[in-house]
Amino acid sequence: MTTGNREPETGGRGRGEPPHQRRLSESAKDEIRRLMAQFPQPQSALLGALFVAQDEAGYLSPAVLEDVSAVVGLPLSEVTSVASFYHLYYFKPVGRYLIQVCTNVSCTLDGCAEVLHHLRARLGVDVGQTTPDGRFTLRTAECLAACEEAPVMMVGEDRHGKLTPETVDAILAGYAEPRRPTPEAR
Amino acid sequence: MAESFLLKYVHDPGQAGLEGYLSRGGYEGLRRALRMAPAEVTEEVDKSGLRGRGGAGFATGRKWKFIPPDPGVIKYLVVNADEGEPGTFKDRTLLEGDPHRLIEGIAIGSYAIGAHQAFIYLRREFHRARRLLERALAQAYDARFLGRNIQDSGFDLEVVLATGAGAYIAGEETALLESLEGRRAMPRLKPPFYPAVKGLYMQPTALNNVETLCHVAWILARGADWYRQQGPPILISISGHVAAPGVYELPLGTTIRAAIDAAGGMRGGRPFKACFPGGSSSAILSPAYLDTPMDYDALAKLDVPGSMLGSAALIVMDEATCMVEIVARTVEFYRDESCGKCTPCREGTIWLSQVFDRILHGTGRGDDLDLLAGVARGMMGTCFCPLGESVPPSLNASLRFFRHEYEHHIRTGACDVRAVA
Repeated sequence: MTTGNREPETGGRGRGEPPHQRRLSESAKDEIRRLMAQFPQPQSALLGALFVAQDEAGYLSPAVLEDVSAVVGLPLSEVTSVASFYHLYYFKPVGRYLIQVCTNVSCTLDGCAEVLHHLRARLGVDVGQTTPDGRFTLRTAECLAACEEAPVMMVGEDRHGKLTPETVDAILAGYAEPRRPTPEAR
Repeated sequence: MAESFLLKYVHDPGQAGLEGYLSRGGYEGLRRALRMAPAEVTEEVDKSGLRGRGGAGFATGRKWKFIPPDPGVIKYLVVNADEGEPGTFKDRTLLEGDPHRLIEGIAIGSYAIGAHQAFIYLRREFHRARRLLERALAQAYDARFLGRNIQDSGFDLEVVLATGAGAYIAGEETALLESLEGRRAMPRLKPPFYPAVKGLYMQPTALNNVETLCHVAWILARGADWYRQQGPPILISISGHVAAPGVYELPLGTTIRAAIDAAGGMRGGRPFKACFPGGSSSAILSPAYLDTPMDYDALAKLDVPGSMLGSAALIVMDEATCMVEIVARTVEFYRDESCGKCTPCREGTIWLSQVFDRILHGTGRGDDLDLLAGVARGMMGTCFCPLGESVPPSLNASLRFFRHEYEHHIRTGACDVRAVA
């Protein structure tokens, strides 16, 4: 498995391509092949392969979906259908850090509405939108299985709990400026 | 006297590493199992009385006995680490605090059923658990608790860590298998697709929950008799309006009231109003049920349909909680997580959600409560899998215990709970 926040490598067709045309690098394809070898049937690696592609390209562009389809050996329609089923694949560019605020029952009981309201105001975006600097995309999430720390959110791969408007500000400040130009910023 | 063991070491530094685990008796259960015949291991687990801790509560030993013993048949063990039932966080606690315990349970279970390949289907959002598990798996291979000829027993086992991609339905066992095969997580028809008969890649498959396999490691280490004397314990995830939300290890059959007390009592001493005893898929219970023991049978036989122990996720609500809002949020959750395969679930959750929207926006109609009950009735016994049928229990219970709150919303367009809070 790969980690979500690594630096992207340059796609196979070179640095100059606009993001939506960028292809998967050879090392990403090798990683997908490594995942496929773990399973008795290679399609089992599809979910992992889609994350490899998404981590490198920033989102699942038509170009990288084609590459995944070619490496895993499945029709593009099947690859797209599977990807579209799950919440954690993105078909449009997202910010450097994805903020996921849990809005399920326990977090509702402990005030997630206030946290979400504060995040909207602080970031100047609504749920589903990305800040103009490309730093954060705000989303809601279903139960993140950390209800002892409700209300909870994830920023990238990090979980933060017992949130209040004040702690949210401190947490956001801890995330550095984007290390790469986002697709929208180009 | 019962001692805490499932949670005993989860907060100790070093427990997630092999050295720490071994220094506290780790892998003793596996060593003992490997000296027994596989059928004896299953028998020991059966004798312990352990029931699956994922939510369905099926007897673990019996589940393993369904797997055909024929060594010529390829079998798999799959771990359901896709914890997602709202209010449940005990598996994440075990994964982050004691990952080798799970690996030990996997090795014991695989040995018992004769599987040489096991898969962990881990929830994608569990990034910290993934990093700890990856390290623990590598350590277990190096120390020959996994891999070829484990501890010179002649038993081989490979464990593969896979992740989901964000889908509550993937926690349903057959949907999990679909997802693990690289497809949309849509449930399979039972019969014929019982995992023990036609599971992963159509081979016999034992599907076990994280907590279940951690119990297995302890049962083999200390014996079924010792285990039974401990209660036996279960992990209860307690959240909501209690003073100290958290995972608590309590004997099966602890009352709801005692569980709340274990979690420090009601926050700020405010009165208890209601709870979900087994995650949001269970019915909501009112104060009259506070002395109900949290065990499988006592909760299931209450006069509240859909009351169950489930994953033992106790979500506690105080008097300042608007029940209409809570049930509306629950309905939305199932609406968003419905896989869309069957009509009652896909459409029923949308219809219910629309009615809740207008009630909460002050445009509810006089016959809306009958409409809610009617839609819920249409979803019972008609859905393809348990997801759709997880909606009516809390809805019906709230209509029964808190009907006046719905009526007030419809009549006045406002909430009477907030007004007094």
